[in-house]
Amino acid sequence: MPITRALREAAFAGLVAAGLAFPILTLGTELDQSNRLVLEQRWSWMAISAALVCVGRFLVLILASAPTHRVARAPLVSPALTRLLPSVSVMALFLFPLVMLFWLGPQGSLKWINNYGVQILIYVMLGWGLNIVVGLAGLLDLGYVAFYAVGAYTYALLSTQFGLSFWLCLPLAGLMAASWGAMLGFPVLRLRGDYLAIVTLAFGEIVSAVLTNWTDFSNGKAGIMSIPRVTFFGLPFTASENGFAATFGLEFQAIHRTIFLFYLILVLALITHVVTLRLRRLPVGRAWEALREDEIACRSLGINTVNTKLTAFALGAMFAGFAGSFFAVRQGFVNPDSFTFMESATILAIVVLGGMGSQLGVALAAVVMVGGTEVLRELTFLKEIFGSSFDPSLYRMLLFGLAMVVMMIWRPRGLISSREPSVFLAQKKNVSGALVQEGHG
Amino acid sequence: MTRRWLDAPLLTIEHLTMRFGGLTAVNDVSFTVGRGDITALIGPNGAGKTTLFNCITGFYKPLQGRLALAREGVAPVQDVDALTRSGSRHKDGLYLLERMPDFEITRDAHVARTFQNIRLFSGMTVLENLVVAQHNVLMRASGLSLLGLIGWPRFHAAEQRAIDKARFWLDKIGLTDRADDPAGALPYGAQRRLEIARAMCTDPVLLCLDEPAAGLNPRESAELNDLLLSIRAEQGTSILLIEHDMSVVMKISDHVVVLDYGRLIADGTPDEIRHDPRVIAAYLGVEDADEAAGVLA
Repeated sequence: MPITRALREAAFAGLVAAGLAFPILTLGTELDQSNRLVLEQRWSWMAISAALVCVGRFLVLILASAPTHRVARAPLVSPALTRLLPSVSVMALFLFPLVMLFWLGPQGSLKWINNYGVQILIYVMLGWGLNIVVGLAGLLDLGYVAFYAVGAYTYALLSTQFGLSFWLCLPLAGLMAASWGAMLGFPVLRLRGDYLAIVTLAFGEIVSAVLTNWTDFSNGKAGIMSIPRVTFFGLPFTASENGFAATFGLEFQAIHRTIFLFYLILVLALITHVVTLRLRRLPVGRAWEALREDEIACRSLGINTVNTKLTAFALGAMFAGFAGSFFAVRQGFVNPDSFTFMESATILAIVVLGGMGSQLGVALAAVVMVGGTEVLRELTFLKEIFGSSFDPSLYRMLLFGLAMVVMMIWRPRGLISSREPSVFLAQKKNVSGALVQEGHG
Repeated sequence: MTRRWLDAPLLTIEHLTMRFGGLTAVNDVSFTVGRGDITALIGPNGAGKTTLFNCITGFYKPLQGRLALAREGVAPVQDVDALTRSGSRHKDGLYLLERMPDFEITRDAHVARTFQNIRLFSGMTVLENLVVAQHNVLMRASGLSLLGLIGWPRFHAAEQRAIDKARFWLDKIGLTDRADDPAGALPYGAQRRLEIARAMCTDPVLLCLDEPAAGLNPRESAELNDLLLSIRAEQGTSILLIEHDMSVVMKISDHVVVLDYGRLIADGTPDEIRHDPRVIAAYLGVEDADEAAGVLA
């Protein structure tokens, strides 16, 4: 592209940026000493943002037009690595808490195992669960968090009201969520595409509204407190005589419970993964993918599409139910604030960013999205640049948005966009994401 | 020439009517499809051919009419009437298609179809397309996928059989070396053949093809004729096809049914149809028999 044209386009982009920045950045309100709102003018902010956009656009145009010999676009993760990555990362994950414990000690490692390890793994599991519904079956579910809530409240209520143990409640929570998934699915799955998305969105809101307002049942906004904590198959993680530490002759430390929770969610996530992988190679899994590709063709081949959708919905809900009961046992407290639409949107973003249908992509996206949020909290040195009132974690949503825009341009089909065939005759060749359909409902 | 569609009907269509609002797409159409016949359904654009297909395969629920399919032998009229009165969908290999949802028509009555605009699973490989078509057989073998989940050996055997069957059809349509490529990456003619093979993987007794030769070149068209004839000869599947390409219709069909404006205007052997003045008029809108005969020849 000629320099002059690039300059012209860059100037235009700068102008647009200036126009957008004027109402958003230039005029700000601040409280003065006497607590009055005063208008503050920040013309330099507008100039800086316009200049940044202008230069950025210019560089993009110049670099994009440079005559590069582009070979076929290389996959983000090389095939050899893709093959090794799962087993290596599973091993690394099993060693992670122990390494952290020996390296940083029980106090220092808590943050890493809890905030990074457990938190990310919850979202990996939820992402994998939703991947069945959205990625494989192609059903857009905007209310996935409802099933997470069903699982969490199932454990919270059964344990506090009836004293049932976590190990009994875990499968019950999964079953409960799955039956809610099937119950919602039955009338709704006749809808397609946008209509299905809206109804699932509404269902998510209904569950949250019921939990907030039906105080007799769920104790409303106040939530359910003092939910029994997780035990080591009956041995509580306490300093008492019959506690975990005493039984195994260890010195009591709070981190034991966190490490146990880490392994618990790791195993739950791996179960989700293995079940999904196996199902993909079974008739029902192939039918899900066929459904995503073309529902009418499915019906012409004698596939009961309602049942197929229902199994996808119920199974996805079941894994959310498991994750929900884990959430409740980890927090010891649940209230409706944990199950907002924002959660559904985050889980969906993980699935979409990861590449719909790709297990590895979803795991990577969960690490980036959830780990990224945690990393933002760590960037305290930024306070020295931007002043002490600067909180980097407040910019989370802005960065999410930017990441989405960048993905749209750079990898519109997600991090891992190719699809692995479920069966092959001579040679396994991945299917390019360009041919794979996204599903219409 | 024997008239198999009268002596040994597979599918009996009686008084079929389908309306969309004020438009009558299919108007009181009755004919029979003979067992082992290749039946061609022809007619000008908008004559109601695809609507009739959609009624047979359950994608539309007809307003009126009866579609009785006998999987084996000839169903006595009193049996069909008894089943109609009983209110159930099928009994002893006799099916009333107008009562069944689309997927049951393929699964239980074994009527398979292809589409005018190809509907393959483009993001799945050629082999996967053929394996998905054997969904119901594999579902049974895998105990609704539950036994398959724990590695049930019977399922592995069933899956191997499914792959062997897919392999058979791949050899037949000449796509064995492309088995692991995505279906969406195949050339147009190969996609048409694959869609037919996929429909055949459901073990149909009646195969309904909606314009299988559309967009094919003369050589591919000739190959299609051979494929259809061999399906009929080897699998014993009866074929009902919509076609505009008269070279296909006249060469391979035993029985031709002509629709115009939703009505049945002629029904007979290709030779009879070629000389039927109503057909000639429908196709050309004129009475110039010589010119019309040239088109239909």
